[in-house]
Amino acid sequence: MPDQTPHVERACPGCNRRRFTTAGVGSLAIAGIGSAVFGYEFLSPNALYEPSPIVDAGKPERYPPGSVTPDAQSGLYVVHGPEGIYALSAVCTHLGCVTAWRPELDMVACPCHGSKFHIDGVKIEGPAPRPLPWLKAWLNDEGNLMIDRSEALTRKQYVRVQA
Amino acid sequence: MNSLYSRLRGTAVWRSVFRSGTGDTNLHRSLTVQQNIFLHLASVKIRRRALEFGVTWYLGTLSMASFVILVVTGVLLMLYYHPSVPQAYADMKDLQFVVSAGVFLRNLHRWAAHAMVVLVFAHMFKVFYRGAYRPPREFNWVVGVMLLLLTLFLSYTGYLLPWDQLAFWAITVGSNIISAVPAMGAKIRFLMLGGHTVNANALLRFYVLHCVILPLIAAVFLAVHFWRIRKDGGLYTGDKPRE
Ligand code: HEM
Ligand code: FES
Repeated sequence: MPDQTPHVERACPGCNRRRFTTAGVGSLAIAGIGSAVFGYEFLSPNALYEPSPIVDAGKPERYPPGSVTPDAQSGLYVVHGPEGIYALSAVCTHLGCVTAWRPELDMVACPCHGSKFHIDGVKIEGPAPRPLPWLKAWLNDEGNLMIDRSEALTRKQYVRVQA
Repeated sequence: MNSLYSRLRGTAVWRSVFRSGTGDTNLHRSLTVQQNIFLHLASVKIRRRALEFGVTWYLGTLSMASFVILVVTGVLLMLYYHPSVPQAYADMKDLQFVVSAGVFLRNLHRWAAHAMVVLVFAHMFKVFYRGAYRPPREFNWVVGVMLLLLTLFLSYTGYLLPWDQLAFWAITVGSNIISAVPAMGAKIRFLMLGGHTVNANALLRFYVLHCVILPLIAAVFLAVHFWRIRKDGGLYTGDKPRE
């Protein structure tokens, strides 16, 4: 039986369905990976308009001995204890609510799920897994108390001020 | 009355809209369903028993009804709501005290959102206790789980929009829970909030998710859900077909 299929001039002699599919699926895969990478990059903002982690807490004289000064906006307490001044984070280590200093109870209390802390950060009760961290604090050249909220101290360190 | 209706069905306008013709035969009735894009998601023929209250307690229908209420009230709220800091909170107050019927729409949206969560859960339990998830309906159970998740995501994203203390701390706590995911938790939180704190970027992202992306995905899943009921042989009534 003679070949019935009409003769077609092939533009691309090596082409067949398998190669076409391989090339197609391959390009789709590359496009897919590319979109995932671009998507990830697109969703991650490159410039953030967030407040700086470093706070200028003003002159240390503002914090008299024996005082606890909450700064809810910055999420910290400036505490002037017997050994000097330190900055304690007010952000609960449970799920991030801002805690409140309760002078009448002499403790720090979280409104969200009831964690309670001593003013040195040690937990008294509640779901918080860790103590409230001490934040890096120092006096700058103008003599202002500076606090870096992004840096937690690993051991107690005081800013000493002449009484 | 009846003849007026059949005269209406005979008009050129009617027949150009509804191609299936005007006959009363079963063929015409099934064509009416098949040739309508909305109706064709449902079966041409159903068992009388499937329409009884006892089978489903109408919980799925009621879930759908709350979704429709949410879409309508939500789109209207969008006309007065700006997803920006601190304007969002002021807009909520305007909706309550200045916009005519604003407080009604806002409360309707909020109540319907709570109702939808309760109804979707109740619907799921009803399906479970009837055993209606069994083959051939197991895939529709999975679609249902997706719809439950979408409902919860819609609630969660909507919850931030009033931008009050409740909203802010709820999303702070919720996004910190997400950062407990092993290895990539902090990254997921960062992408979700568009930053390290709940702020303007987070409000905008939640708004777009809440008002555009999640409702569209939900609509697609709803269509599949209803169409699958038809394909899986109608609602599960628990008894053998009587025919
Ligand atoms: C389908 C399920 C939906 C759920 C569960 C849901 C849930 C919520 C919740 C809990 C709020 C906060 C309400 C308040 O505090 O008063 C909210 C607000 C809002 N939703 Fe929805 N929503 C849904 C669908 C939609 C849709 C489809 C749209 C628009 C396309 C929409 C637009 C809005 C807008 C603009 C607000 C801000 C105004 C307000 O808070 O009252 N929602 N939504
Ligand atoms: S966030 Fe403070 S106890 Fe949960």
